[in-house]
Amino acid sequence: MQGQRFALPLDFSVLSRRRALAGSGLVLSAGAVALLGGRDALAAGAKASAADVEGDVRILNTALGAEYEAIAAYQVGAESGLLNKDVLAVAVAFQGHHKEHASAIAATVKKLGGHAVDAKAKYSFPVARLKSQTDVLQFAAGLEKGAISAYLGAVPLFTDKALSQVAASILGDEAMHWAVLRHVLGENPVPSAFMS
Amino acid sequence: MSFGVRTAPARAPTLTLTLVPVLMLMLAQQPVLAAARPAPPADAASLQRGEQIYTRCAACHAIDRNRTGPQHCGLFGRQAGTAPGFDDYSKAMRDSKIVWNARSLNIFLQAPTEAVPGTSMGYAGVKDAQERADLIAWLQKATRPGVTCTLSH
Repeated sequence: MQGQRFALPLDFSVLSRRRALAGSGLVLSAGAVALLGGRDALAAGAKASAADVEGDVRILNTALGAEYEAIAAYQVGAESGLLNKDVLAVAVAFQGHHKEHASAIAATVKKLGGHAVDAKAKYSFPVARLKSQTDVLQFAAGLEKGAISAYLGAVPLFTDKALSQVAASILGDEAMHWAVLRHVLGENPVPSAFMS
Repeated sequence: MSFGVRTAPARAPTLTLTLVPVLMLMLAQQPVLAAARPAPPADAASLQRGEQIYTRCAACHAIDRNRTGPQHCGLFGRQAGTAPGFDDYSKAMRDSKIVWNARSLNIFLQAPTEAVPGTSMGYAGVKDAQERADLIAWLQKATRPGVTCTLSH
């Protein structure tokens, strides 16, 4: 099934309209995620060692750095002039999700007593290879796929299980981004039953 | 040094102390690691699988540019913590003195946070031995500076 193409309408305008209807349902707000993250470690008090908390903060900061880069990457795509109006609207929406992720993660790091990393002053993107909307979407899809794997690899490492839940929540969002991007690219949006 | 993780010569006696926790951990994992040796030389299918597995790394890494994680161009034979132009290494990685080769990558990629406690690579690892072998085989081909990739500085 991998690589199979779906004969679905490659129309982002439908998604744009649906996006306007979203905002309710089975989702955690960024505020709720920030409140959830770090709860266990704080409640556990002496049970969570400084080393455990430090380890969790380290993982969060790596994720935060990647979120900042994703925000910058979507900005490059948005400013490329290569995206049509509907695609641009969804790209900006996805960028907004990454901003929410970053905000929630940074708040959690601070709540745990850590220092949240800052966004880099400059990012290096393969802009020379982005010559069409398809190029931009493939680039974004690659980043989203990587993000899914990164969060999947982080989930089992947190000492604080509330942080694992936060990571899983973000993972779900990244997976939706990836599926939508693949759909618009004419690829099977859900190519397998499991992610790795 | 056991398990094929070649380290660079010690620059100063104090640096050797930083390896102790890593070495102790690797020694403790000997049975697991011994069962996870890299597979024999890769064929085209293995390289293709390895390239696909590398997409898991794409949140933080690229072959030819530094991102949240360091560039992989020039990886083989490079001492950990020394990728050109990358300044965000953890102290643990900088001090590990690991030199990247097929064997050290095989150990590290299986469980990065166990192989180098304190690494910023908060990733559970590539647990399947064949997947690691495929990934490492592809990396070996894709990261040759001046041949299949260009180092960025």
